Amino acid sequence: MRPLPKMILQRLGLGSITLFVVSVVIFLGVELLPGDLAQQILGQSATPETVAALRHSLGLDQPALSRYLTWLAGVARGDLGMSLANQRPIADIVSVRLGNTVFLAAYAAVIAVPTAITLGLMAALWRNSWFDKLANVVTLTWISFPEFFVAYILILFLAVRSNVFPSIANIGPETTLPVLLTRTFLPALTLTLGVTAHMMRMTRAAIINLLASPYIEMARLKGIAPARVILRHALPNALAPIVNVVALNLAYLVTGVVVVEVVFAYPGLGQLMVDSVAKRDITVVQACSLIFAGVYIGLNLLADVLSIATNPRILHAK
Amino acid sequence: MGPSSRLPHLPPTVIVGFAIIALYAFAAVFAGVIAPYGETQVVAGEFEPWSSAYWLGTDNLGRDMLSRLLYGARNTVGIAVVTTLLAFAVGGAAGLVAVVLGGWVDQFFSRLVDVLMAIPQLVFALLLLTILGTAIPSLVIVIALLDATRVFRLARAVGMNIVVMDYVEAAKLRGEGWRWLVFHEILPNVMPPLVAEFGLRFCFVFLTISALSFLGIGIQPPTADWGSMVRDNASLISFGDTTPLLPAAAIAILTVGVNFVVDWFLHRSSGLKD
Repeated sequence: MRPLPKMILQRLGLGSITLFVVSVVIFLGVELLPGDLAQQILGQSATPETVAALRHSLGLDQPALSRYLTWLAGVARGDLGMSLANQRPIADIVSVRLGNTVFLAAYAAVIAVPTAITLGLMAALWRNSWFDKLANVVTLTWISFPEFFVAYILILFLAVRSNVFPSIANIGPETTLPVLLTRTFLPALTLTLGVTAHMMRMTRAAIINLLASPYIEMARLKGIAPARVILRHALPNALAPIVNVVALNLAYLVTGVVVVEVVFAYPGLGQLMVDSVAKRDITVVQACSLIFAGVYIGLNLLADVLSIATNPRILHAK
Repeated sequence: MGPSSRLPHLPPTVIVGFAIIALYAFAAVFAGVIAPYGETQVVAGEFEPWSSAYWLGTDNLGRDMLSRLLYGARNTVGIAVVTTLLAFAVGGAAGLVAVVLGGWVDQFFSRLVDVLMAIPQLVFALLLLTILGTAIPSLVIVIALLDATRVFRLARAVGMNIVVMDYVEAAKLRGEGWRWLVFHEILPNVMPPLVAEFGLRFCFVFLTISALSFLGIGIQPPTADWGSMVRDNASLISFGDTTPLLPAAAIAILTVGVNFVVDWFLHRSSGLKD
């Protein structure tokens, strides 16, 4: 088999094994509950008979293995079970919110990715210039800020002191796109600022690492024009690390939304998860964990596959 | 050469970083002495403005904001330090044991860490805290275990390079047990990278705990804690008041200080020129 498809298939296989093991971990986590789900729903005052009846109707009297398989089969069909708090199907609650979260993450990514890569490249090419030093201090400061600090500063200046953007992301299915983009601008900006700093530092490190390799030195010593060194020699090899950086930061974005969604009361998956934790609605928390973990593993896998697929050494293997 | 003559060689960011850390340590140790009021003492009405009696006003329950900020240095930073120490004890020990024993022990720990790291940390923490409840011991243990995975990876990677050294081989031939190998041969040599990592992990743990407290799932009231103080007083921001930003700023400034010091330490110890 040729090396490229083989390596990609290997990664896909590893990714599905990881996803499977993670689903077992999330399922087992709920098994650790003191008492069980039936006890949780009915509370301490319930009689043993009612608990036993509910346990039977929820299928909790089955062995753990068969319950896991039933749960997994349900998840595969898109059936995530019932919410403990309001007895609605979790899939109905989750689907709209997942869409909202993906929209917010995509909004932030569209601004953050080009900005971060451009700034990171500039910092790497003009290493040790005043721009690079300033960028280092600013990004280092910025990644030290808790997200809610950045969010409230933006609210204070852009929503309260000058009424440019709304501080509550009040959106619904009938909101039109321009209104949607305005109302979600502050949460998107909060996410963008955090992720840009990370992505820029990682891009800079990847490019500097690359520019230090011997074949770049060789190209320079041969007297090739600097622009040609960058475009012909450095860029094809820089693609893999940059793609990797982008995918890793997208994975960070998807989970980084949790705090931001809560601050702006944005109706996304993160806010649903935090609300469900507070209500101890364990089946919803379980479903949200599985979705977040699935997206996270998927994006990390994508980073892996893309960095293999764009690596010239593998593409032009002898 | 005394320390005073070497001070000018430090970049300004590092001096700022050390000053910030010293200031926070001072506030944490002497909070009981310098705070004008008690940690949970209700002293006035809700949301009093800044005045000579209450320098930074009062919070949503009428407690003195300045006093709670000072006690927060003790609680929030203290819990983060304990959590990081626990993460290093567990992760470092597991990493070095994996290196020394190798074989299935190494495989077991490494695969376990792979799985734990495949789940986003904040999401996993939320799931575990739902199950275990939000008492401070379970918060410390959950965050420490999740963070120990990264310490394990580093300790194992660094330890791998040391375990093949001749002096380790010599100790093995002398018939020393694994305990001697870990504590007398390997541990002293993996300390420098682990010390730098300690600063980074502290920042990460500190921000994670603050985020969880802000979400209402971390440190619980009435303990004075910066994350939950932001949450409790956030409604003031919509009136243009900056007071709720102070605890958030307290978190941000300490993290910046530690990051400045760690960044400098990493560049020095790795010999990077950039």
